[in-house]
Amino acid sequence: MAEQRVIVVGGGLAGLAASVRIAEAGVPVDLFSMCPVKRSHSVCAQGGINACNEVARQQGYSEYQHFDETIYGGDYLADQAPVLEMANWAPRIIDLLDRMGVPFNRTNEGRRDLRLFGGSLFKRTHFAGATTGQQLLYALDEQTRRHEDDGKITKYEWWEFLWPVLEGEGSDARCVGIVAQDMRTMQIRAFRGAAVVMATGGNGLIFGQSTNSVICTGGAASRCYQAGAWYGNAEMIQVHPTAIPGADKCRLMSESARGEGGRVWVPRKAGDARTPKSIPDAERWYFLEERYPKYGNLVPRDIATREIFDVCVNEKMGVGGGNMVYLDLTHKDPDYLTRKLGGIMDIYEKFAGDDPRFTPMKIFPAVHYTMGGMWTTYAPGSYTPATPHGEHKPGMVPPVDTEVGRGMAYGDPRNMSTNIPGLYAFGEVNFAYHGATRLGANALLSCIFDGLFCGVGVVNHVNDAGIKPVEDVPQSVYDAVVRQEEAKCERLIASAGTGDGPAHNAYIIGKEMGEVMTSASTVVKTEKGLENCLGKLDELRNRYANVSLSDTATWTNQALSYARAVGDMLVLAEAIAKAGLLRKESRGSHYRTDYQDRDDENFWRASVSRFNPQTGKADVSFEEVKAGLVEPRARTYGKQANEDKSENKQEVAASAS
Amino acid sequence: MTTATATPPPTAGKAMRTVHFRIKRCDGPGKPSRWESFNVPIPANSNVISCLQWIAANPTTADGKATTPVVWESSCLEEVCGACTMVINGKVRQSCSCLIDEYAPNDGDTVTLEPMSKFPVIRDLWVDRTRMFAALKRVKAWVPIDGTYSLGAGPMEGPRASETRYKLSECMTCGCCMEACPQYHLQADPAGWETSFIGAAPISQARLFNDHGTGKQLKSERLEALMGPGGINDCGNAQNCVQVCPKEIPLTESIGAIGRAATVEAFRRFFMAK
Repeated sequence: MAEQRVIVVGGGLAGLAASVRIAEAGVPVDLFSMCPVKRSHSVCAQGGINACNEVARQQGYSEYQHFDETIYGGDYLADQAPVLEMANWAPRIIDLLDRMGVPFNRTNEGRRDLRLFGGSLFKRTHFAGATTGQQLLYALDEQTRRHEDDGKITKYEWWEFLWPVLEGEGSDARCVGIVAQDMRTMQIRAFRGAAVVMATGGNGLIFGQSTNSVICTGGAASRCYQAGAWYGNAEMIQVHPTAIPGADKCRLMSESARGEGGRVWVPRKAGDARTPKSIPDAERWYFLEERYPKYGNLVPRDIATREIFDVCVNEKMGVGGGNMVYLDLTHKDPDYLTRKLGGIMDIYEKFAGDDPRFTPMKIFPAVHYTMGGMWTTYAPGSYTPATPHGEHKPGMVPPVDTEVGRGMAYGDPRNMSTNIPGLYAFGEVNFAYHGATRLGANALLSCIFDGLFCGVGVVNHVNDAGIKPVEDVPQSVYDAVVRQEEAKCERLIASAGTGDGPAHNAYIIGKEMGEVMTSASTVVKTEKGLENCLGKLDELRNRYANVSLSDTATWTNQALSYARAVGDMLVLAEAIAKAGLLRKESRGSHYRTDYQDRDDENFWRASVSRFNPQTGKADVSFEEVKAGLVEPRARTYGKQANEDKSENKQEVAASAS
Repeated sequence: MTTATATPPPTAGKAMRTVHFRIKRCDGPGKPSRWESFNVPIPANSNVISCLQWIAANPTTADGKATTPVVWESSCLEEVCGACTMVINGKVRQSCSCLIDEYAPNDGDTVTLEPMSKFPVIRDLWVDRTRMFAALKRVKAWVPIDGTYSLGAGPMEGPRASETRYKLSECMTCGCCMEACPQYHLQADPAGWETSFIGAAPISQARLFNDHGTGKQLKSERLEALMGPGGINDCGNAQNCVQVCPKEIPLTESIGAIGRAATVEAFRRFFMAK
């Protein structure tokens, strides 16, 4: 048998962790990325990475509690066993990153420092300043470079993934490689791979301005979906409560700002024009602390976002009457802030012009994370309780230990495989782990966990002698996909000058898609809003059919790449809006004013979108969540009942639709 | 339908001002450069990226001629990825953090954009910094761990040491220090990379890994790479690097530290006859 190679698409944390793990096992890796991997979007993660640790353990915390928090935080929509395995692995992952040289913040004794984060009452978040994602990505980038130097990893940077190559039809299809394009020479070619790992991140660009990097279009996931990969929980999009609005993007203000004591407030008097520092404490409304006395400013993101939205949009109490609230750290010691949060202090100062050590920041929610994604499966581990466990309280003995393989079977090739054998999805691009809301500082964990844990399954898939080697796949299978993609490019190039100005301008279509998706399919959703949104997407798709390119260059044509991505984003946007329309309940980040309660009887199910090539749209079904470990309970985070407020809310909700 | 986008407090209506962009363009390697101008309307919170995005959607020059969208490289837009580095009004920096209200506060002001000059142009403002990543290989900028198995924690480290390493580890391989350095020269041919001055960033990365408990195992090899041609001795001490570093990394301190370590290493080798 000739040498078997694995293709990894995407060079963020998930892709790099997978590459290193697979290369280390002796299987050579071809790593594809639209940018030098060191510039991947993981670099933007700020706050930290969660793991049980000795201090928290002695206070009654455990890996199992971390698992329970994650399931509760995600409002029970995640398959449960993979989350257990991830939480159990978290301390091992921190140790590994430590060995790789990540400069975690340290205590006086030289131990790793910890901070509070949303959704937990324990300090279980490890961090490197306020640029933890950058530091983790660099550590993996360095290990990748080491393997590249040894010849085990070959990088294809500035190559764009265009389509998966499948052999066979329907349920017999398997993935045998990819077709990609060199973004400089525009050459399109096929690559054979015994397995393909998609690690291409989220789809924030579908919503126009988000906290995501400009490369996070969701285009790669959409192409796999159109080729037959299922897409799960498309409607679950996280809107981060605290971002700095900008003309080009919204910049994240990390949850760690609240973890380190940041308080969210607005003046008690609507439209109060005084400077924030001159407003006395009694005249400030700390609405999160008032409404959630237990968790205060550290409620999970979807809740903080909805409360900020409610205060600004519904109650018109935003700063100066606009859509803004204060995030205030000015009561903390400036040196402490520099040491713990320097990275984000600098970002705010650079982009907003004020020093947040001395002036409260002005922030508003922005689209941040894609909980939904490519549907993936797994092989269950050894922990299968006869009845699901109830609420796990601090100090209780966990019902299961942390041995490897309790949640998922270690090394099983099914782990994080899509419905297409040979095609895997790791990290943000899959739908596993985070359910209907991701807890802060769990993203870095899930990405690295996928790479390390599930990478072993990929190696075992590749070494399975029972699978027909990819070198035996006829070249014609690859050539056909190359031709398909060349034809797309030729059609786009030929479109130059044919369209009707703005109506067929890809940038304008993309902008309008972002506006309608943000407005109808993020913080507050309604049936009418989502139906209008689907109508608008139809209009945009019709206009896109005659999209007209502004650049016909055959060298480094970014306009072509963007226009092609807009088409794929429109396809995925339809699935996101449609799944949101069909999920007639509220759960986690998905909040319907017309169905305000969680409906476990009908919707404790994952939405699964299958692309219908006849209609070009999603066929959405609702399928069982693989639970069995934890019994669902009401997700309230101890919210204080307030009769007046809830009445008010319903009224406003009606007018908002 | 309510939109969920952020809005600033309402202010009195003011006509949007225009800023004039002069952009140095080039269709590809070996092609001649030319200048094109664009008049860009400036809404609140504009930066160079949002202006380039506007030009991409409206590719018409100031004198009304249809042209192609300007090509540039960008990713995070938060000044942590390093991608969008270019020369703006003669100074190298990231374009995402270049706010128009600061750089061009008045109606009709001009902003000039050029690609970095020390790296080969791919197209327009997009340059190829592969040489910087190759330099990281040259100085073995990694910790030689025993694989990704569960082997417990890394070496203990005091908060001061970790803060020092964190500062060095913020380097995003953007190339500002190379662009500003009089000793660093354009080398389109990879054959010239090994002997031409390596620049401040990789020297500082060598220090970062030499300072790590496990990373120091490769200290001697890193120093060897920096003691030869194109290494530490090629630094002319102009100190431009430290002034342009967007992360304020103490690059000259790193160059000094590596210089001293190289001297010690040279003595060690002399006396150990190695």
